[in-house]
Amino acid sequence: MTTTLAHTWFMTKRQLRFLIRQPVWIFVTLTQPVIWLLLYGALFKKVVEIPGFRGGNYIEFLTPGVVVMTALFSAGWSGMGQIDDIDRGVLDRFLISPARRSSLITGRLFHTTISVSIQSAIILVLALITGATFDGGVGGALVLIAISALLSFAVGAASNAVGLLVRREETLIALMQFLLLPLTFLSSAFMQKSLMPGWMQTVSDVNPVNWAIEAGRGALGGDWDWGLIGSRAGLLLALSILAGLWAVSAFRTYQRTV
Amino acid sequence: MQSPPDGAGAPPAIEATDLVKTYPGGVRALDGLSFRVPAGTIFGLLGPNGAGKSTAVKVLTTLTRPDSGSARVAGRDVLREPAAVRRRIGAVAQKAGFDRELTGRENLELQGQVYGLRGRELSGRIDELLERLRLADAADRLARTYSGGMQRRLDIAIGLVHRPEVLFLDEPTTGLDPEVRAEMWEEITRLQRDEGITILLTTHYLEEADELASSLAIVDRGRVVAAGSPEQLKGELEGDALHLELEQPLDDGIVRRALERVGAVRELALDGRHLRARVDDGARALPTVLAALGESGVAVASVTVSRPSLDDVYLRYAGREFAKAEAEADQRTAEEVRR
Repeated sequence: MTTTLAHTWFMTKRQLRFLIRQPVWIFVTLTQPVIWLLLYGALFKKVVEIPGFRGGNYIEFLTPGVVVMTALFSAGWSGMGQIDDIDRGVLDRFLISPARRSSLITGRLFHTTISVSIQSAIILVLALITGATFDGGVGGALVLIAISALLSFAVGAASNAVGLLVRREETLIALMQFLLLPLTFLSSAFMQKSLMPGWMQTVSDVNPVNWAIEAGRGALGGDWDWGLIGSRAGLLLALSILAGLWAVSAFRTYQRTV
Repeated sequence: MQSPPDGAGAPPAIEATDLVKTYPGGVRALDGLSFRVPAGTIFGLLGPNGAGKSTAVKVLTTLTRPDSGSARVAGRDVLREPAAVRRRIGAVAQKAGFDRELTGRENLELQGQVYGLRGRELSGRIDELLERLRLADAADRLARTYSGGMQRRLDIAIGLVHRPEVLFLDEPTTGLDPEVRAEMWEEITRLQRDEGITILLTTHYLEEADELASSLAIVDRGRVVAAGSPEQLKGELEGDALHLELEQPLDDGIVRRALERVGAVRELALDGRHLRARVDDGARALPTVLAALGESGVAVASVTVSRPSLDDVYLRYAGREFAKAEAEADQRTAEEVRR
């Protein structure tokens, strides 16, 4: 157990070194969420006037959605690094060393979580600058970030598993696009759930992206529904564990064919 | 096939027995591969691309499992005790294994930590290796800025951090220019001497195996076709090699009939314009051979007489020339890629 923790830390440190050397990447990858937040925020400003929409400011509504999406997409690309390691022979080197298999996945996931948390904080500050207010305060923001991290663990582990199985960046990109964008639009990221078409509401109930957004939005808005937050966090945790087991088992499949 | 002699009955550092490995798609990379490597020696696995050398290394380093057969490395069973084998081996794969975005020192540090080295023991070992592999000045530069030779030396240093008993070098000089290759050869010989480790190296360069390995196995199509020291293998070929280039490609029969009368000619092989044969005393036999060919109207463009080389050994055991086997393997790879 201590060995696993130590190896996880070594592998996380490996990833963080790149982040520390090239902190500009945090901002480069922030471009997209900032566009979502500011342009969508401006474009759909009048959404709040739809009868039945609760709350007065669309950016306040949109912000938790953008935070979760940032985590979702960053995690979705996590498998790209794994493919790069395969191509460069780095993965094979670790696989014939005593390095714990799980650390080769979790090292990447912790790195994603750390950079996404920094990005989330920046997004929240931007939202505040535009005049949004969040009744949940710092506590609500932390719950939102934590729950996004859980989602990014599940999606990141799945992305690593797919990366190990397909071993081609193009295939991974195509699969992730195919999966992540629909999951985003089939959630309450942009639109209040009660105003979505009926079938979308049904889909969003089983959509992990929506689990994270609903729980995070509640906390950020100061609506401390612990039943909702706890159950969604539990579901995301279970999903993370399943995806993690899948990723570790993908190493075995990979090794059969090298 | 004969096994190399074991050093004073000591258990071999590597023992591969009847390894078979078929890849999805039906490519049989290993087809009953067996060999033994005496502890403390440099052993060469020599063969053309696609002969199964890299697959053998992947099996012996626990990266992948064979379909059947068994192997022991550093006294441990590769299939039953992979974790124990991993702690005792180091490997430098064909593909560089370092992280380009870390410095040389950080790469070594990460590798050492994974093997459980910590603190002063680790930093001391890192300094020692950086010094030994002439990387001390570049230690704190990102590895992606290293030259080809430096990158290969960093890979070797990474393979050595945890003081392995057995080091695997898969094609250590492929892609290096001749000057750097010569440096690498010195490096490998020195390592074996200083660290007292067993080194298994794979190569498709005949001269590399000849230069470095004290014993070797020639691999062709996933099997060992000959094994022994380079001298033993060459010694089995009696006499000198005769290479003649004919003016034009000729029918095998014509040449054979012409040389039938020259009794001393053996192991005749004709491939287009290239004629290879073996004679006891090259200098003395040459005029007779040329005269016999001349009488039958076979025009000769050039002649070389040479002492037996590993290329001749390969030709004899694999039944084809090394360069040709390489070309065939490349062809197969190209076809697979297209599929």
